[in-house]
Amino acid sequence: MRRLLAASLLTTMLAAPTVWAKDELVIGITQFPATFNPSIESMLAKTYVLAFAQRPVTAYDASWRLSCLLCETLPTLENGLAKVEGKGIAVTYTLKADAKWGDGQPVTSDDVVFSWTVGRHPQSGVASAELFRRIASIDVKDARTFTLHIDKLTFDYNAINDLRLLPAHLERSRFQPAPAEYRNRTAYDQDTTNPGLYNGPYRIAQVVQGSHVALEPNAHWGGTKPAFKRIVIKAIENTASLEANLLSGGVDMIAGELGLPLDQSLALEKRHGARFAVITKPSLTYEHLDLNLGSAVLGDIRTRRALLLALDRESMTRQLFDGRQPVAHSMVPPPDWVHADDITRYPHDPAKAAALLDEAGWKPGAGGIRVNAGGDKLALELVTTVGNRSRELVAQVLQAQWRKLGIDLRIKTEPPRVLFGETVTKRKFSHMAMFAWYSAPENVPHSSLHSDAIPKADNSWSGQNYTGYANPAMDRLIGSIETELDRPRRKALWRELQALYAEELPALPLYFRADAFVLPKGLKGLEPTGHQDPSPYWVESWRWE
Amino acid sequence: MGVILSRLLQSLAVLLAMSFAVYGLMGLMPGDPIDLMIAGDPHLTAADAARLKALYGLDRPWTERWARWLGQLLQGELGYSRLHARPVIEAMGPAVLNTATLMAASLTLALAIALPLGIAASLRPGSLLDGAVNLLAFASVSLPVFWLGLMLIVVFAVELAWLPAGGMTEVTGDGGGRLAHLVLPVSALALAGIGQYARHMRAAMINEAGHDYIRTAKAKGCSPRRVVLRHQLRNALIPITTIVALEVGGLFSGALITETVFAWPGMGRLIYDAVMGNDFNLALSGLLLATAMTLVGSILADLAYWRLDPRVRRMP
Repeated sequence: MRRLLAASLLTTMLAAPTVWAKDELVIGITQFPATFNPSIESMLAKTYVLAFAQRPVTAYDASWRLSCLLCETLPTLENGLAKVEGKGIAVTYTLKADAKWGDGQPVTSDDVVFSWTVGRHPQSGVASAELFRRIASIDVKDARTFTLHIDKLTFDYNAINDLRLLPAHLERSRFQPAPAEYRNRTAYDQDTTNPGLYNGPYRIAQVVQGSHVALEPNAHWGGTKPAFKRIVIKAIENTASLEANLLSGGVDMIAGELGLPLDQSLALEKRHGARFAVITKPSLTYEHLDLNLGSAVLGDIRTRRALLLALDRESMTRQLFDGRQPVAHSMVPPPDWVHADDITRYPHDPAKAAALLDEAGWKPGAGGIRVNAGGDKLALELVTTVGNRSRELVAQVLQAQWRKLGIDLRIKTEPPRVLFGETVTKRKFSHMAMFAWYSAPENVPHSSLHSDAIPKADNSWSGQNYTGYANPAMDRLIGSIETELDRPRRKALWRELQALYAEELPALPLYFRADAFVLPKGLKGLEPTGHQDPSPYWVESWRWE
Repeated sequence: MGVILSRLLQSLAVLLAMSFAVYGLMGLMPGDPIDLMIAGDPHLTAADAARLKALYGLDRPWTERWARWLGQLLQGELGYSRLHARPVIEAMGPAVLNTATLMAASLTLALAIALPLGIAASLRPGSLLDGAVNLLAFASVSLPVFWLGLMLIVVFAVELAWLPAGGMTEVTGDGGGRLAHLVLPVSALALAGIGQYARHMRAAMINEAGHDYIRTAKAKGCSPRRVVLRHQLRNALIPITTIVALEVGGLFSGALITETVFAWPGMGRLIYDAVMGNDFNLALSGLLLATAMTLVGSILADLAYWRLDPRVRRMP
């Protein structure tokens, strides 16, 4: 009898994983959010989790159009809700009448003012204070209507996606007494499951540190009722384990924003295509090679053009990524409305590349490597992130293709912390660095191409113009685009910018990355966005079929 | 008593030196969190960078920050975790518990299997059993634990669907199933540890078998069982005790690879993230806890020698 009891107890304890009810959804991601305050420190896992529970006032939708999430009407100059005032602009928003925090308190203009106060306070710990600085003042018209007075007139005057609202009724008492301590006292980290912190369709109901976050419907959500009674976001850092969890039923889907690399997703699709759908969408993530223009070799435009002509990027993306990551010709991806097709392109042309190198003084030498008149070999160094399989594969392809033309490429890999914390930021790479830019639609490349954004010791190495590119024509174009409100004229300026970029090649464009969403066949309604605003902003459309 | 007091004082000196070295190494690592923020955020200005470095104290020399941390520690404060925005003790607490559960279970299982195997193999050197134990031991020490972990997941979670593939508990329903979630990571770690313990046990037993006191015991007519269990094993356990004692630190520092493969939120992952994220308070506390526990294990080993070996008891 005792044995029988022990056996049944063991069977109960070792029971196989529960078969999930269909009103639950378990999502696998590869990172666990360290904190939950939407304004302090940015982290992709936090952005993803909070997207179920927090709504920004505005966001870019899956068609890359700016839309209202918490406001009623998107303010524009045309509808009179935005008005030019001096060098700046006044923009009036009205919050949705049914916008409420999870404790039933309405989302009000007071929350907007409080969030702005926190954002611009020098000791609050908010990292990117750019938007908060640009808002010079806020006029509160009533509980739902407020006007932002922005000190500079730019075309994106009505995009306040980075203004994440904080509930003043819960957070003010934690902020006001000691702003410098706010980041350690915020209710988002001390009382994370308080429903009043969330204004989205879901609220965080449970946090198991390092393991998972459970979300349950927000009882006071006024929009379309979401389909799932519970969503669990489970962090599994190792992508092989994440895949195994998917196959064993431990997770239902893998988020594209923080999931499997494309090559792994494609392999999974081939093996388990009957059970799972792999959705990919080319994104704004621009994989490229930043060139050190200060180096003697790459300072010559002929060499830069030869390097790009020597690459068969079409064949590379076809073979490595099943053609799902389109070749880039500039930093603007095709789905962006300002993308220009009629700019210089560099199709694979080894003969032309060889001729350009000859012209630049690099002649074939002993051992097949080109040398210049001084006897220096055409040897370059490429640095990229260690452990990123896709980049490591691409680097090997570049090495092989350039070798055919007599260019010796040495590949060096570094941990992201070293690469982005030192090598690239402080412009310590010898020749080229391979990484990606992740941005919003119609993102003006001021920080990566303007001459005032070249990182130097005297600007604390801020700015992202790591190539050291300085061209007054580019500076002028960037300035003009930022302030041009007329769309057709702006599109023409964008074309000029892309044409100049393609002519001068301060960086070598490779491809636009595609995020892979691995979904069970029955899950419908999820639409990848391809930009920084994640898909869960529209979780109300997700459903089982 | 004096010996223990002396060992405790030595341990404190080691901890102090360790904290200085760890802080220094982290301080000298290239890049800091603000540099990384600059690389990831195009809107971050030089003024923002300076403001944030001052806010987090990263604008001060690391020696000054270490001295301040030490002062704080002497007042019983471990400080705040920069990454987790909460007191270090709160950030570390659940991870310590998770790691201790995982590591203690795997160590117990590994010893429970390895010691009898090592003893059995030592009794008949060169036999079929000895060969099998040797083969198992070599396999155990040779197989990379991440590969072993993934294979266990593929077989028992994906193919057979007997056990969950990762995590600590069910994430749906009542959140139970903790024991089921422990099985695979504990098995992976135990399998990786069995080899070394079995080989050490076998070697220690064979070494003791050649000593005069064993021959004397046999000549006195002791039963083979008594000779092995009361005489030979007791002395063979001394080196094993040392090895196990040194594992005590590991009970609290975690097993990074196994924790990552099985999505087990333990100290290995926490310390790694803290070091990479320049979360000095958390990294230092985690590493010092592991060091302190290793030192405690070493003192416990000394006490065990004292109990097991009469010669130690007779030492002045």
